[in-house]
Amino acid sequence: MTADEATATAVPGEATATAAAPGQTKQHGHGAGANQSWWRSDASDYARRNLGLIGVLVALVVIGIITQPQLYSDATWVKNNTFTILQQASAIGVVTVGMTFVIIGGGIDLSVGAIMALAGVWATTLATQSYGAGGMIFTGLVVGLGVGLVNGVLISYGRLVPFIATLAMMVAARGLAAEISNKQTQVSTSQFINDLASAKLLGIPVLVVILVAVGALGWVLLNRTTFGRRTVAVGGNVEAARLAGINVKAHTLMLYALSGLCCGIGALMLTSQATSAQAAMANMYELDAIAAAIIGGTLLSGGRGTIVGALLGVLVFSTITNLFSINGLSTESQNMIKGAIIVAAVLIQQFRFNALTQFLSRNKAIRA
Amino acid sequence: MTDSTTVSRGAQMADTDDRPVVLRLTDVVKTFPGVRALDGVQLEVRAGEVHCLLGQNGAGKSTLIKVLAGVHRPDSGTVEWLGEEVSFANPQAAMKTGIATIYQELDLVEDLSVAENAFLGHEPRRFGFVRRAQMARVTREILGRLGHAEIPPRRLVRSLPAAGKQIVSMARALSHEAKLIIMDEPSAVLAHDEVENLFRIIRELTAQGIAVIYISHRMEEIREIGDRVTVLKDGRTTAANLPARTTPTRELVSRMTGRTIEYVFPDRPPADASAEELLRVEGLTRHGEFADVSLTVAAGEIVGIAGLVGSGRSELLETIFGARRAEAGTVRVAGRTLRAGSVGAAVRAGIGLAPEERKSQALLLGEPIYRNVTLATFSRLARVGFTNAEREVAEANRIADTLELRPRDVHRAVRQLSGGNQQKVVVGRWLLGETRLLLLDEPTRGVDVGARAELYQVIRDLAAQGVGVLLVSSEVPEVLGLADRVLVMREGRVIHEAPGSELDEETVLDLVMAGALMEGAAA
Repeated sequence: MTADEATATAVPGEATATAAAPGQTKQHGHGAGANQSWWRSDASDYARRNLGLIGVLVALVVIGIITQPQLYSDATWVKNNTFTILQQASAIGVVTVGMTFVIIGGGIDLSVGAIMALAGVWATTLATQSYGAGGMIFTGLVVGLGVGLVNGVLISYGRLVPFIATLAMMVAARGLAAEISNKQTQVSTSQFINDLASAKLLGIPVLVVILVAVGALGWVLLNRTTFGRRTVAVGGNVEAARLAGINVKAHTLMLYALSGLCCGIGALMLTSQATSAQAAMANMYELDAIAAAIIGGTLLSGGRGTIVGALLGVLVFSTITNLFSINGLSTESQNMIKGAIIVAAVLIQQFRFNALTQFLSRNKAIRA
Repeated sequence: MTDSTTVSRGAQMADTDDRPVVLRLTDVVKTFPGVRALDGVQLEVRAGEVHCLLGQNGAGKSTLIKVLAGVHRPDSGTVEWLGEEVSFANPQAAMKTGIATIYQELDLVEDLSVAENAFLGHEPRRFGFVRRAQMARVTREILGRLGHAEIPPRRLVRSLPAAGKQIVSMARALSHEAKLIIMDEPSAVLAHDEVENLFRIIRELTAQGIAVIYISHRMEEIREIGDRVTVLKDGRTTAANLPARTTPTRELVSRMTGRTIEYVFPDRPPADASAEELLRVEGLTRHGEFADVSLTVAAGEIVGIAGLVGSGRSELLETIFGARRAEAGTVRVAGRTLRAGSVGAAVRAGIGLAPEERKSQALLLGEPIYRNVTLATFSRLARVGFTNAEREVAEANRIADTLELRPRDVHRAVRQLSGGNQQKVVVGRWLLGETRLLLLDEPTRGVDVGARAELYQVIRDLAAQGVGVLLVSSEVPEVLGLADRVLVMREGRVIHEAPGSELDEETVLDLVMAGALMEGAAA
């Protein structure tokens, strides 16, 4: 928008500003909601932003119903299948929450898969297992957090480019995981850990509960706390953040630590599902997590992104996987579809975002 | 004026007058939203002459260059190039017809070789392959013409010093067989002896019939290398084709000053001698940027720093703010020494900075206004780590009212605001919290006239409330109109200090341009 337009729209804007009492922002929102169709109201903003992904999800389910009508006619199967999809999304979903923070903060973490492998392997060594489930959980979380901290220190204070630092960590952490496990699959003997994957809380699988909890915490952290605000500021304009007195280095460090911690949680979830851990686990998770964040509307250059979108992205991927497996199709072909979806989602978003911002600015001008 | 100068002037006129005019601009106008950047420019450049362009910051020199270089197209008026009326669609088109521009920030690709940079975009090719040997050979020839045969064409540009890079830029211009080379403050990046070399090259170029438009603030350079001078002020040509060597400096300066647009400055209240000292800077030094700078700012006082781009002013402000680490010297706020190189410490001590580059240094363009206003204070408004959006919006609304922000809706993205209103957001940020000292770096750059007056009033009001202000501006009238006390900086040093009311624009410009007045008087 040019300055001319800005001043042109300013005149009516000013009139309402002086006419309305303090607290006019709320009236503003209500008025808009009452006078206009629901999709234009502020309340539907979230839904609207993720409309594309929700559409894709619905389409995938419809394809499932069309291809396997007899399965979908069974309500119990549908419920169980939904849980299967969510359980498959759980570990990668938790990691994606951490990844979304890192990307919004202007970075990237290529080492998440490797951190998961290292945390999983470390948590299942004979020595660790001798401390019981508590020791395993503690070890998994601390290893994840610790490796994340190392990433953070290298990037913040070592001034390494995030891509390089985490690429190095990706290679090194997997190497260490192979070293520790002696390239063997380490079986978990902890009943607690092994049962976690099949346990339910109020009828909902515990892993899904963990995913929802991490997602909810992530949402609150991003949208309601100073930590989240700093993340957006650092990723959106690092110089502006610095000159506003934000400790950019310390914050960047914490972002990678957060991502590492999420990897620790994810590693324990995967270990529970497989009742074992090995150096090759969580292979290519970094790419899945980045892809999910990106199709969820997170800007790769930082400064913008949503947790809800990223988790929807994860769900889209795991629904595709499920769709292929219930139709007995190969995993090779689903990778091609995944690739196509990534491209399509980003193309649609770019187009839609541009159109939307233009539409909104015009719309708001009229409304004001 | 003595007889001898009259004679030499006459000889000089005759010397250039019989050469053909290559470039003629008539009544060129270019407007941007809210700003009339060019408002009737006349310019005539002859083959083989060095035509100097003089004018203050904001006079329209940059816009004029961009029109000639094909970056902007004029709204009206004509550009005649080699006898034909032209309108360049893009920079490549201008380049092709023989107009080359050497920008102040040299636009070279650091990781390509000298030859690759010289021929960037028009490499000699055969079957789609670059003819590297031929490219190197021609580049060597061109470098030879420029008197720098010693630069190897295959050397990476990154490894060259600033002067060498400038030679590469000129080689690029010559690779296009340029007939006109525009140089935007070429001496700003050069050391003193390198400037001599630059002049030697310019003389060789003009001897080959190439015309040069030379932009510089340094009067002594214009005297040495220039043939004729055209002066711009507020986007208009105020004097054309003055002889460069003999026109008295006072005349040139007076053509540059005296605004047609009157800025409205708020009344300056009498200085309060009893006001407590807020900021004391002693012996602050950063090598290559500024040296041994000492200054004070009292509560409620506006101190202005006048100086050219590159005089170290912005670096000084950023160092006081802790965004750069001082190599020597101390910064004290209300008696307490600040930790060097810590923005956090400066902010906690009550210092705020509105940096020079609004968009790249101060704003989150896609974020709402209120979040930009609270960028430095949202942590303080928060409750145990949870942001308090309601309070943030309320505070932002209060600031928006105080600053008369338009549009008034603080939920809008900052991107949608005009330059002046964006600047209000940046200044407004520091009105929240307990800012005692405000550092303003070019607060009205890119701001239209109306918003300027409002910003001036805001700055005055702040001072009246006891906030100390340290203001940097390239626009001398702005410094003089606002500041209680003025410091003049030149090449990293404070060379003069006086109350704002005791200085006038010409004196300051003179100091900034290093005693050119005295030189002019001698001529």
